[in-house]
Order: sequence, then C-alpha cells, then structure tokens
Amino acid sequence: MNIALRKKELVKEFSPLLLKPSKWAKIWIGILVGLILWGLIAFVIQVVKGHEVTGMRDNVVWGIYIINFIFFVCLSYSGAFISGVLHFFKTPWKNSVSRIVEIITVVSLIIGPIFILLCIGRLDRLHYLFLYPRIQSPITWDIIAIITDLIGCFIYLYLTFIPDFAILRDNSEGLPKWRKKLYTFLAIGYRDTSTQRKRLHKITRIMSAMIIALAIVAYTVLAWIFSLTLQPGWNSTIFAPYFIVAGLYSGIGVIIIAMYLIRKYFKLEHYIRKVHFIGAGVILLIISLLFGYFTFSEYFSRWFSHKIHDANLLDTLFNRYFWEFVFANYIGVLVPIVILFFKKFRTIKSITFAAIVAVLGLWLNRYLIVVPTLETPYIPIQDTRPEFVHYSATWIEWALSFAGVAAFVLFFMLLMRLVPIIPMSGIIDYEREGKVRPSELTQQQQQQ
Amino acid sequence: MKDDKTTQNGTNRRKFLKMGLLSGATTVAGASLLANLTSEEELKASGDKIRVLTPDGKMVEVDAESINNYPEAHITSEESRKGIPGRKFVMVIDLAKCKNARNCVESCQKAHHLDYNEEFLKIQLIQDHEQADPYWFPKPCYHCDEPPCVTVCPTGATFKRDDGIVLVDNDRCIGCKFCITSCPYSARQFHWSHKSKFDNTDLPYSPETSVPGTEGTVMKCDFCPDMLRQGKLPHCASSCPMGVIYFGDKNEDMVTNGEETVRFSELINDRGGYRHLEHLGTKPNVYYLPPVNRQFPLERGFDVDEDIIERYKDVPYVQDMKEKGKI
Repeated sequence: MNIALRKKELVKEFSPLLLKPSKWAKIWIGILVGLILWGLIAFVIQVVKGHEVTGMRDNVVWGIYIINFIFFVCLSYSGAFISGVLHFFKTPWKNSVSRIVEIITVVSLIIGPIFILLCIGRLDRLHYLFLYPRIQSPITWDIIAIITDLIGCFIYLYLTFIPDFAILRDNSEGLPKWRKKLYTFLAIGYRDTSTQRKRLHKITRIMSAMIIALAIVAYTVLAWIFSLTLQPGWNSTIFAPYFIVAGLYSGIGVIIIAMYLIRKYFKLEHYIRKVHFIGAGVILLIISLLFGYFTFSEYFSRWFSHKIHDANLLDTLFNRYFWEFVFANYIGVLVPIVILFFKKFRTIKSITFAAIVAVLGLWLNRYLIVVPTLETPYIPIQDTRPEFVHYSATWIEWALSFAGVAAFVLFFMLLMRLVPIIPMSGIIDYEREGKVRPSELTQQQQQQ
Repeated sequence: MKDDKTTQNGTNRRKFLKMGLLSGATTVAGASLLANLTSEEELKASGDKIRVLTPDGKMVEVDAESINNYPEAHITSEESRKGIPGRKFVMVIDLAKCKNARNCVESCQKAHHLDYNEEFLKIQLIQDHEQADPYWFPKPCYHCDEPPCVTVCPTGATFKRDDGIVLVDNDRCIGCKFCITSCPYSARQFHWSHKSKFDNTDLPYSPETSVPGTEGTVMKCDFCPDMLRQGKLPHCASSCPMGVIYFGDKNEDMVTNGEETVRFSELINDRGGYRHLEHLGTKPNVYYLPPVNRQFPLERGFDVDEDIIERYKDVPYVQDMKEKGKI
C-alpha cells in the first residue's frame, strides 16, 4: 500500500471539513458569537456594578458559576482520563473518538476556570494568589493542579496533533498560504520516519499515563474544596471518588452528544459508527450504575443516621428542591440505566438521549450539592434581610453560563477546522498494521 | 445613665479601664507608638511623663500627650497582624439576660459604618429541642482558635493574631468567598457592591476598624481592636442595656460587661458556660451561659420593628405564635 497516496486521499477526503464552512455552520457560528457577546455584556455589567447583579448573597455565596466551574473542569478531567485510557491500552476502536475526547478535554479546561474567576470579587487582585500564596489553602492546591493539568493536556493534545499537521503540511495543495505555513510550523519537522514515529508513540504513551494520574489528582483536589469544609452536605469522605465518577459520567455523556452531532452534521457515518455509540453507551451504563451507587450511599447514610444538621439539609432537599432532586438523582440516573441496560433500546438516538439526560441530571446534581447546602448552614439563617436567604440565578449569571457553553462549542468548531476530527495518522497507522479490510476504506471510496 | 452606673460600680469599671490602659495601650505604646511619635513633629510635649511597659517588659517614660494621642494612631495592616501583646481576648454571652433589644447590633453597625441591613452580629432565635423554650442568641464572630476560615484563605487576607482575634485585611482579600463557605457559624459577610461610604477616606483603612469597606471583599465582626487598644469594651458589650455581653482577657482571667467584673473561669464553671457547636473542634473564644432563670419573657424580644420580626418567620415557634395571634 502506498502510504503517501493514502495520505493524499485522506487529506482530500477531510479537506471539506477544514475549508468550506457550510451555510449552516456560518449561521451556527453567528449564533454562538452572539451568545458570547451577550455574556460579555453581562460580564461588563458585573464588573462595573459588582457582584450585586448576581443572585449570590451572604448565605449562598457561590452560585451557578461554581457549578459550571465544577462541571467543565470535571468534563475536562474525565476527557483526559478517558483519552489517556484509550491511548494507554490501545483500545481497538479508539481512533474515531480519541480526537473528540482530546478536544473536549482542552476546550473545557479553558472554559472551566473562567467561571471560577467570575466568582471572585476582586479580579484586579488575582496576582495576590502568587504574591502572597498560602500553601495550606485548598484553593492554592487547586490552582497548582489546574495549571499543571492544563499544561499537561496541552502537551498531550499537541502530541496527538503532530502527525496530522505533518500530513496536512505535505498535502496542502489548494490550502491558503497561511495555513501551509501554520502547519509547517506546528509539525515541527515531523517526517513520519519510523524512528520519529516510534519516539512520538512512546512520548504520547507516557503522557497518556501521566494525564490519567494528573486527572485523578486534580479531580480530588476539586472535590476537596468542598469536602474539607465543615458544612453538613460537603464534609463527606467519599466526595473525591464521587466527583471522579460524576465527572466521568458527564464526560462520557458529552462525548456521546458530540459524537452524534459531528456524525450528523459532518456526515461521518463511515468513521463514527454504531459500534462506537454502543461501546460508549456501555461505559455510560457502568458509570451511571457507579454514580447512582455513590449518590445513594451519600444521601442514604445521611438520611439513616439523621444527625440534626444532615436532617435539616435533607429537609431542604426533599421540600424546597423536590423536583430538582427527583430529576437529578432519580431520572438523571435511572433513565440512562434503563435505556442502556436493554440491548434492544441501544440505538444511536436513544443512546444520545440517555447521554443528554445524564448530562443535564449531573449538572443539576452539582447544583444540589452547592446551593441547598449553603442555604442550610449549621446555624439556621435568621435575622437576615429576606432577599438574602434564598438563591436564584439572575440573567447575568445565565447569560455568562450560556456564553460559556457557546464558547465551548465555538472553540470546538474552530479546532475542528484546524485538523480533521478523525485523526488521519490513526487511520494510516491502522492500515499500516495490515488490519484493514477493503470494505473499510474511506467514505468517499465506498460511495464511488 | 450608664455613666452613673459606672460611678456606682466605679471600682470594677475603673479597674478594667485601668488595666486596659496599663497593659493594653501602654504595651503597644512601645515600638510602634514611639516610632509614630518621632515622625510627628507637630506634637507638643506637655512635660508630663508617664511610665509605660513595653512589649518586651521594659519600663519606659513617654510623654503624657502621646498616651492621649494614642487612640487616634493609625494601625497599619502590617501592625494589625501582630495583635495586642500578652492578651487573649474572650467573650461571654449570658443568654439568660438577652431580650433582643438589638442595641448591640445597632451600635456595631454605627461603629463599623454598616447599613441598616448589614450585621456583624446577628440575634438568632434558637430552640434546642421540642421541650425547651426558645431563647435569643446573639452571634458574633467566634474568633476560633482553630479557625477554618483562616486555613482556607489562599492569600492570607484573613489571619489569626496572637491575642486571639481573627481579622480580615480588605486590602489583601481577593473575594474568593471560600472563608464564608468554610465558616460553620455563618459569621462572615461580603461587600456585594460599591457604596458611597467607602469613598470616605477621613480615616485611613485599618483591619482593626474594618472601615472604610472595600467592594468585593469579605467583612465580619472584628472584636473592635481599636476600642481594646484604648482599654474600652467592644461596642456590642458596652451598648447592651442588660449587660449580656462580657468581654475580657483570658490571661487575666477577667471579664466585664461594663457593670460588673468577674473571674472568667468562675463564671464559666459556676454557670455552666459552653461554646456553641463544640463538636466541630473550632475552639471558639466566645462562650455562652445557658438561658436559665431568664430575666425576661421571650416575647419581649418581639418588641421590635415589623421587618425585624419577619426575619424570624421560619422559626416554628414564631409560626406558632403568629397562628395564635400573639405577635
């Protein structure tokens, strides 16, 4: 098999993804940019007028910003975790999904910390974290963990991009000049010789193992922000593993949703197949069982032992937040389990539906961890002006939240324009090992 | 009226003031004050000399003028981290005497330039269990010896001093609010927006006064170190008409509510003093005397503005009373 020719074929096949934005893509980008601008306006208002414009008050001092922060950062960690596992264990069908996972990892790790910045009252003093650092504060641990993780994930993502940059550099006829230059620069002289290839594989493998470890550490520290305090709903020994499982739950969910959208809008049915959905669905099933188990253990032990402050918290959850609790912890867990458990329910659409339910349920689960706990402190909230007692997010907070989601999707789309969402080098490697069957050639060839 | 009482119980009050003056103001009159004096050339020497004790135990003579001048001396953020040497401040709140008169809340608000709705000190209505009658429960910052808020602060903006006081430095705080969530007593508040009163720079900012405030930072009860340095009681203690709040020094084993001065250890041991939520292990420096032999019926506490009563509407007892039409 002529590898150079195959590379050319693959570039030709994927170049529509890189070049021509379709009409719909343009409309989508327009909407996303609009959402981001709306968020920017909200941000300016928040900076000018202060945190008064949010729904956060003296009792509930952290609102949906920190929930989005946990959500996105967990998404990133789980992406790193899954991607590391895929690479490290050389999972057979990893090629079609690995880049989706890697992009999710990096993009959400950029979006997540922006939300924690929105919680901070004095952004102009952010450098004090480095001027007057105090190592015993879990926030300092978190900063170290996130920065390390961000750098590690970037390096890892870049490593996986290099062979594709090289292929694009060598086959860039018809691409604009700046792109050719960019690819030449980013490929850092990678010529796909067997020594280079071996070395790159080795480094990628080492990095994949390292980011699994990094993800676990960073997850744990994030959970500790809550569980190291004395608050009744947070001071839990299982929070760190619980957060890891919860992160994986949302991570797999978002991966399935991304797979579905990319397959549908970029017509990649040849690469992202039902087998990928079923594989991811089965993992989602296992994780949802685990997540349900952790959630049950967490609330059941509080309910059974009913210490007074735990009982007060459960009282808040079961009354004021009844429907949210039902959706987050019953529907959000049981519906995916039912859909994914029975083989006949496992279609691409239903698996995607289960993933959507899982992701929404998990976001709400995070909400129920943060807000009701802050509304039910040890000393009941009294002698406080009424508008300070309960939390409800204002439009400023929602605008910024949606802007964050929009930025996530937009960054994702932009990265997809830089390199094909299906790693070409992975296809080549696969074929090089002689595992390919004629029926599994490119989508174009099949259609011809 | 209070002054009359003070003369009646003159010895006690004077004793406290005297002690405060001698070991409070005078100790600090050492290094920082003397340095201050030399820089202020306008100061006229009165000729009278007073002997004071420096933190390291030396007797020095300073001009009498400087002692009077001391209260106005500005305590910088750096100085406020050290605390008043040799002191270990402690508060005892006698729950039997509290009737929600709210003078403590109001005087605190006035002294710290707080708005009507901002309270460093809140009055809770607590019911220990179904059989017990509820009681009024003033809740300042507990200035814990194991303060969770200080542990979690990423920049050292909140700190524990040698004299036991936990303060917030508004110039250092980045407003992450982690301390607010980690405080199990909900003692901390946040400056949610800018207010015109923050622009008032007549008094330079000191963590000891918490004035003026800064937008986007955390605030809380500070035990009024500026008053302590003058040998006076915190505003809440001195303004309470019932003498509910005793304040003093654990090292001296003495606390006073401005009317009577008592031994701290005797007060705690004889009257079953306890600390709220002891099991959390934060080791507060605020003690409570149980609400036994109460001096006022609980209802007297509802003799306040309508909107204040509204703040207790979630308490089952209040709901009960409202149903019966007693409030």
